Amino acid sequence: MNKDILVCGVGGQGTVLASKLIASAAMNCGNTVHSAETIGMAQRGGSVTSHIRIGKEAYAPLIPKGNADIVLAFEPAEAVRNLAYLKKGGIVIANCVPVKPVTESLQDTGYDGRQMTEYLKEKVDCLIIDAEEICRPFHSSRYFNAVILGAAAGSGRLGLAAEALLDAIGAGVREEYVTTNKQAFMAGLEAGKKYAAE
Amino acid sequence: MRKEYVMGNGAIALGALAAGVNVVSGYPGTPSSEIIETVSRYAGEGVHVEWSVNEKAALEVAAGAAYSGARTLVTMKQVGLNVASDPLMSLAYVGVEGGMVIVAADDPGPISSQTEQDTRMFAEFARIPVFDPSSPEEAYEMIQDAYACSEKYHTPVLFRPTTRVCHAYASIEVEENAAPKRYEGFHRDTGRWVIFPRLSYQNHAMIEKRNPQIGEDFSDYGKNTLTGTGKRAVITSGVSYAYVREYLKDYPEVRLIRIATPYPFPERFVLRGLEGVEEALCVEELSPYLESAVLKLIGAKGLFVKVYGRLTGHIAPSGENSTEASAKALSHFLGTPEREKSSPPPDMPRLPVRPPVLCAGCPHRASFYAVKKAMEGRKAYFCGDIGCYTLGNAAPLDMVDTCLCMGAGITMAQGLHWTDPEGVCFAFVGDSTFFASGMTGVVNAVYNNADMILCVLDNSTTAMTGHQPHPGTGRNLMGSIVERVDIGKILEGMGVKKILRVNPLDHPAAVAAVKECAGSSGVKAIIFRSPCIAAAKHGKGMAVGENCIQCKKCIRETGCPALVIKDKKVEIDAGLCTGCGLCSQICPVSAIGGGEDE
Repeated sequence: MNKDILVCGVGGQGTVLASKLIASAAMNCGNTVHSAETIGMAQRGGSVTSHIRIGKEAYAPLIPKGNADIVLAFEPAEAVRNLAYLKKGGIVIANCVPVKPVTESLQDTGYDGRQMTEYLKEKVDCLIIDAEEICRPFHSSRYFNAVILGAAAGSGRLGLAAEALLDAIGAGVREEYVTTNKQAFMAGLEAGKKYAAE
Repeated sequence: MRKEYVMGNGAIALGALAAGVNVVSGYPGTPSSEIIETVSRYAGEGVHVEWSVNEKAALEVAAGAAYSGARTLVTMKQVGLNVASDPLMSLAYVGVEGGMVIVAADDPGPISSQTEQDTRMFAEFARIPVFDPSSPEEAYEMIQDAYACSEKYHTPVLFRPTTRVCHAYASIEVEENAAPKRYEGFHRDTGRWVIFPRLSYQNHAMIEKRNPQIGEDFSDYGKNTLTGTGKRAVITSGVSYAYVREYLKDYPEVRLIRIATPYPFPERFVLRGLEGVEEALCVEELSPYLESAVLKLIGAKGLFVKVYGRLTGHIAPSGENSTEASAKALSHFLGTPEREKSSPPPDMPRLPVRPPVLCAGCPHRASFYAVKKAMEGRKAYFCGDIGCYTLGNAAPLDMVDTCLCMGAGITMAQGLHWTDPEGVCFAFVGDSTFFASGMTGVVNAVYNNADMILCVLDNSTTAMTGHQPHPGTGRNLMGSIVERVDIGKILEGMGVKKILRVNPLDHPAAVAAVKECAGSSGVKAIIFRSPCIAAAKHGKGMAVGENCIQCKKCIRETGCPALVIKDKKVEIDAGLCTGCGLCSQICPVSAIGGGEDE
């Protein structure tokens, strides 16, 4: 399999864990995988990206612009910010729940993410999910990443079976959170499947 | 052998362990920090690993061990090499018995550094070999070759990954049965280990004779590779090699010269690569190192090759390289079609900017705010330093007037005082930075009668680089519980007469402490002590009550990311709030409650 997946969001949202789970699921299915993280100053409330490159012919650690099969966004503005990575015919899977930077609160620009999701719907093939809504039964935004991962798997565009990702969650998440993460993943999976059916 | 999916830094660590490294030391710095952390996680019996107090100390610890025949690894970021350059320059002359590899991670961009310096240039300056890996897989193998080179020539060897190699992940086959090297121990030999001008003179002559020989070895080194044919050659190294290959996937016939060992320059290998070549493009980051070396070589040999690169404007002279930028330069050079450009769809909405900020509940915010309030209406200078607290420069705090390098704030505050005795001069320094290079500056202030206020922002960790322990934390990397080195006692011993200790989250007490110091002369110190929120247990979160008048003073004054406006109302993001309570002490109508006190 050859696939480039860009995971993006805001520092602290769990993008790094999500990308590790995708990478390990892909490897367990026999693929060659490379990935790269943005770490450093950028991580404190800044925009973060993880680049996952599945396949033997991926040399550069970062996905070249216009090459990503999937942009998996934990935050709507981050999805728009990284659109240049999306290839023609690629899909954006984005969470609609906004993270307001301090600068926005200081100026009170009213950023609420809606403009971003509208834009995405108009311009690209996308699956917008409301991770907050789906996470409601789990009482924590900590499970956003499992929900988004589930939605990606459900959409059928990730090229990885739900079982492979569930196994990765079982092996890669702290034990006390495994069960709820799996439940959150399944809830996301349903949302993804609904999209695929439409 | 077992398979491991690791970061480039992890691959470097595992490679060093596979080479039987005995002593590992370093100082944290992005993008190098995970090397030591990985060594510490995987090392078995007989490996000593430590976070040294700074890079100079790390290199000297390793030098002592290397004189004894042990294999040593020293890690740092590129600016750390500046700190370690004093021992390095001399050690290059003296040499080592056991293999020594110094990893200095460069940061093109720069992404999280002060400079875009190039460690390849440092290798040439110090006259010692340097290896330049292009991927994690390669880094694992190359660091083992670096040890062999170091021991063959009894010289310290530099190893120079860049951010994209350090932070890339790949699967590697890891040697499982590597044991630490056996070594003989230190043999006294003053003619070898005691540097005097006579020894330096002799060894300098030896080094200049030796280096072309190392260049000869490198000309046969398997990671210096030559592929393709034709009159145009692409010359590259490091991660740029990966970018070039990404483009040349479609043009495998293009002549590609990849140099994994930039210094000493593998001349014979490069001359072979340039046979029949009329034009060459050097694709590299940071300094035009390869370009200059190739120009020198063709000049010396009287060859006619046109050389393009950073010096000719064909490659950007600063900033990070990328697949896209390399592809553009290559298509221009080779006359191949430009890749279809990807551009985001038009009419993008305005995106929120996300500058890095201090975390919600960060005690540094409270410290800066206390100083700011206490100094309202007074002329003051605020010297910052390297760490999370550099972010105190951001609005609305705006409390960092200068930031230069590790520890510089303390000494710069003194310089400002000598130019303006009326201004109150503050220096903010974190606990880890204080130990690394702040202490000498304090002695300087006391000795020279400066007038300044030292603010130690003590959060009991090295937060910026990922929470490494340091001498003030009471534990070290060997898992030992050790006596905490007390910053207050150090200052006392240095002769600082007024030393106040305060919890920055107690706003009135913190403001009072600053005012007290500003009212007296000489060197004063305030230790603002409160643990990093990433390491401490959080209190109950804050909540905004019904009586909030929506004046937004809490947001305007603190800029805490947990304070947000939702539907025109101030709210507290429960997922972010740590219950530090600073906002509740600022609210003019006491509308914010919760936190630890309730």
